[in-house]
Amino acid sequence: MSLLQQTASEHLRKLESGEVTSVELTESFLRRIADVDERVGAFLRVEADAALKRAVEIDARRAKGQPIGRLAGLPVAVKDNLCERGHLTTCASRILANFRAPYDATVIARLRAADAVLIGRTNMDEFAMGGSTENSAFQATHNPWDLERTPGGSSGGSAAAVAAGMTPLALGSDTGGSIRQPAGLCGVVGMKPTYGRVSRFGLVAFASSLDQVGPFGQSVEDVALLLETIAGHDPQDSTSLDAPVPRYSQTVNQPLKDLRIGWVREHFGPGLDSEVEAAVRAALDVYKSLGATLHEISLPHSKYAVATYYVIAPSEASSNLARYDGVHYGYRTDETQMLAELEAERKQLAGAGDRAGLEMLDSALVRMYRRTRAEGFGPEVKRRIMLGTYALSAGYYDAYYLKALKVRRLIRQDFDRAFEKVDLIAGPITAAPAFKLGEMAGDPLAMYLVDLYTVSANLAGIPALCLPAGHSKTGLPIGLQLQAPPLQEERLLRGARMYEQATNWHKQRANL
Amino acid sequence: MTEEFTTVIGLEVHVQLATASKLFCRCSTKFGAEPNTQTCPICIGMPGTLPVMNREAFRLALKTALALNCEIPPFTKWDRKQYYYPDLPKNYQISQYDLPMSHQGYLDISNPQGEARRVRIRRAHLEEDAGKMLHDELAGKADSFIDLNRTGTPLLEIVTEPDLRSPAEAKTFLTELKLLLTYIAVSDCNMQEGSLRVDANVNLHITPQQNALRTGHFSHQSEPLATPIVEVKNMNSFRAVERALDYEAQRQWQVWQETHQRLGDVPKQTRGWDDAAGVTRGQRSKEESSDYRYFPDPDLVPVTVSPEEISELRASLGELPAVLRRRLETDFGLTPYDADVLVNQGRAVVGYFLEVAHQSGDAKAAANWVTQDVLRALKDRGITIEQMPISSGGLADLIQKLKSGEIPSPRAREVFQAMLDERVDAAAAMKSIGIAAVDESELNVLCEKLLAANPKTIADVLSGKTQAIGALIGQAKKLNPNVDPSRVRELCLQLIQAQAGGTP
Amino acid sequence: MSISRTDIEKVALLGRLRLTEAELDTMTDQLAQIVGYVDQLAEVNTGGVEPMAHAIELANVFKDDEVAPSLPREEALATAPHHDGRGYLVPAVLGD
Ligand SMILES: [Mg+2]
Ligand SMILES: [Zn+2]
Repeated sequence: MSLLQQTASEHLRKLESGEVTSVELTESFLRRIADVDERVGAFLRVEADAALKRAVEIDARRAKGQPIGRLAGLPVAVKDNLCERGHLTTCASRILANFRAPYDATVIARLRAADAVLIGRTNMDEFAMGGSTENSAFQATHNPWDLERTPGGSSGGSAAAVAAGMTPLALGSDTGGSIRQPAGLCGVVGMKPTYGRVSRFGLVAFASSLDQVGPFGQSVEDVALLLETIAGHDPQDSTSLDAPVPRYSQTVNQPLKDLRIGWVREHFGPGLDSEVEAAVRAALDVYKSLGATLHEISLPHSKYAVATYYVIAPSEASSNLARYDGVHYGYRTDETQMLAELEAERKQLAGAGDRAGLEMLDSALVRMYRRTRAEGFGPEVKRRIMLGTYALSAGYYDAYYLKALKVRRLIRQDFDRAFEKVDLIAGPITAAPAFKLGEMAGDPLAMYLVDLYTVSANLAGIPALCLPAGHSKTGLPIGLQLQAPPLQEERLLRGARMYEQATNWHKQRANL
Repeated sequence: MTEEFTTVIGLEVHVQLATASKLFCRCSTKFGAEPNTQTCPICIGMPGTLPVMNREAFRLALKTALALNCEIPPFTKWDRKQYYYPDLPKNYQISQYDLPMSHQGYLDISNPQGEARRVRIRRAHLEEDAGKMLHDELAGKADSFIDLNRTGTPLLEIVTEPDLRSPAEAKTFLTELKLLLTYIAVSDCNMQEGSLRVDANVNLHITPQQNALRTGHFSHQSEPLATPIVEVKNMNSFRAVERALDYEAQRQWQVWQETHQRLGDVPKQTRGWDDAAGVTRGQRSKEESSDYRYFPDPDLVPVTVSPEEISELRASLGELPAVLRRRLETDFGLTPYDADVLVNQGRAVVGYFLEVAHQSGDAKAAANWVTQDVLRALKDRGITIEQMPISSGGLADLIQKLKSGEIPSPRAREVFQAMLDERVDAAAAMKSIGIAAVDESELNVLCEKLLAANPKTIADVLSGKTQAIGALIGQAKKLNPNVDPSRVRELCLQLIQAQAGGTP
Repeated sequence: MSISRTDIEKVALLGRLRLTEAELDTMTDQLAQIVGYVDQLAEVNTGGVEPMAHAIELANVFKDDEVAPSLPREEALATAPHHDGRGYLVPAVLGD
């Protein structure tokens, strides 16, 4: 299918030249979704009518020669943790299954201002907690390259949708690798911008000091295009950076001169899959062939990144998710059942003359909270709430949370030192290609360790990108991660584009 | 006999800062709106929303901290105080934990015994208010009702050290604090509307003698003995605070005598004041709820304060009550009592006084007129100084006319009253009540008439009994109430001298 | 630090989660395992290191004190599971 071979940038050129209309384009992507999403399960909701209505309107404006936005007529899929006024935003959670936000996320407003066509909402791990999209309360998403396998996560739906050609562009969010890791496992390009580069206003928080919204595309060029549309200062987000946004799409094709690529000694330890290691080393050679110089560097604290991350992220999450209590919005447990249950327990304790038990018995309100949250959250979310609540609780704060914040600074300082010697850091995105669905079930720690290469960028706040850099013998995509200093997105994109133009991995498509 | 115990009190005051919009969103802070009509996705804590700090709220907080003589650290941050309650939509309150925006201040008061006391301020920090939860127990409703209008209103929490030594002293402190806050216009301090809320920590220090009497050991025990601290809540007026603490002190004394429990023997208790019943009642508090799991709010960034900003803000404070009192006493010779009365009336009244004093050149007279007649007029008419019919200039004029004798002192109040009732200046008031200055010729005629009628008086005066003139003054006033007694005296003496000199 | 089942029950109440007996067991094991892994942070020398609470460290971000229209009440309550048209309703909370 020809659509699949074309990047967003190419679609845009055709829309501008009138070779294709937004309606035609949107219809063909909707058709593709109808054909393959039954097997992939990337979308939670496809908004066909709204999308077509929007496409018609944009075509009309274009025909009349009226001003139109940078993404005019181009379909974009959105991860289901970004709020859109009057629309559902579920975070793939039971507790928000019926939540309609009365306001727009800043990135949604910017997509609309750019005249993008919002084509649907993509699946994710519940509240973005996970690396396989298996933690969705609603459905599993399958890797387009091997339906038995995970697309990665938590933005697995967005990654799979782009990989399967169901949308040219998609938005995801990345707290510990949730854009880059699925991009790597699905063979597409995904980017986590500098923390604060893109507004978090309207992004349902997982871990506020780590969350960042970012783009997915089939090429680095596409990602540059989408990033420049959503990036920029937002007065509604106190942590948003007030720095000008370059037109990334206009410089992305300019190769970098005297590029210094760093590779991290600690990245090539035991546990790194040999095929992945080979692909990464091959990528380094490509850079060498392009005139870049390679430098071995060390990030001595990187081995503590996962431990640091799994203190900070759950701590913030336990607090951010406290608001889901069945009072002001979202799911609430059945009160009649709840009260009956309490009454039964009270009788039982009274009967046994259990004074202490009666003392400790939940009030109706507390029981309402506890049942609502028990029924509304899935196991992984509960696990992280428990972990974070524990880490912040009296007596443990210094040993865990405070300690983690200090190690976090050491991790950042490692990067600052490294970037004195090199322009970009190149390395693996995961230790191995996509694993089988269900393979990690019941072993949370093993699942957490998958984030080994990705969490550091979130902890340090630096921009990072993943692009296709090979295939395993079994035909699974292998990703290459590039990392840059804060606000060096332009360097990151140009450096990535150099590799992309020298290789064909990004042109490979899963056949479905 | 020796005091049996000392009541030791520390206060925790929450002051609503007078901003137009809430601390982290743009909803109005106006009081009294229909429930849930002043909320938005941010103050409802909806998924995805983020807080942005209100600049004015921070400025007002800083202003108050400076007025309370607090140290302002160069760096401050906000933390999440986590507990589940339906009037707290995020289930955490954005507050300040280990790095408050201000600390180590003090407020000087003079306690009911007139002794100067320095009450130390431990800290003052900026936080968001919660909403309101109502439950109609009489109606036996199955549900509680939540109104989030107040959610996110900026609050300054002011915590004192346990420096107060009696319920009356606590009340005095609160009155002085409220006066200070009104002077710097950071809050309307309306307790009924909840703009000023007070909680108290109270316990007793049993004096050694008492303890010794009990134990029989007189040798050691020089340190006073502390009873367990109790936190008292729901006190809705300064009077309620005083009553509640009085009650609580007595109650704790009773408990001490029965149990001899010391500080640390039992967990800190929270009791609510029932104003109608006049008692405090224990509130059961879950021990788990005390684990607030504070941590820095990742959605907000820290605030740094420069010495320049501080001095700028300090300059904007204007004269504070304590300073003003001192100035009125030293520069204007007012009694501490008058100075206090004036300052407690607020800036406007003091301003009025200063104008009158300045324009009349007689601070003492100005003080008397303002503290007595003007304040009474305000009270009787239920008006503010801005609505006072007599301008400061008008009153100054009255005072001067009084000094020059244009207005005979006995009739001064009549003139004041006329100025007040007819909203006219002193001259017009004098005319309307028939005070006309008596001219010299008229006075001459009158005096000659009197002398002619009283040869005896003349003789007495000539024989040295000058005071005999007094009789004439009385008669003069009967003939013309407007005559100035001192002038009559002078003139009569002159005439007598003239006659005496004239006789061969 | 090892985690006991009692710890887990306390934490579950703090986090307002209701866990079944079975869930409490697995949660105890899994958290013990994860915390065991996280304990390696103790070996890092963080003497004199300032905690880093934000990925990018900014300061002094404010909004002006300007009132904007609030959400119409119907819209605010529209998402609430239980309300009476004027406010949110929760199971009776008596006393404090
Ligand atoms: Mg407070
Ligand atoms: Zn609001």
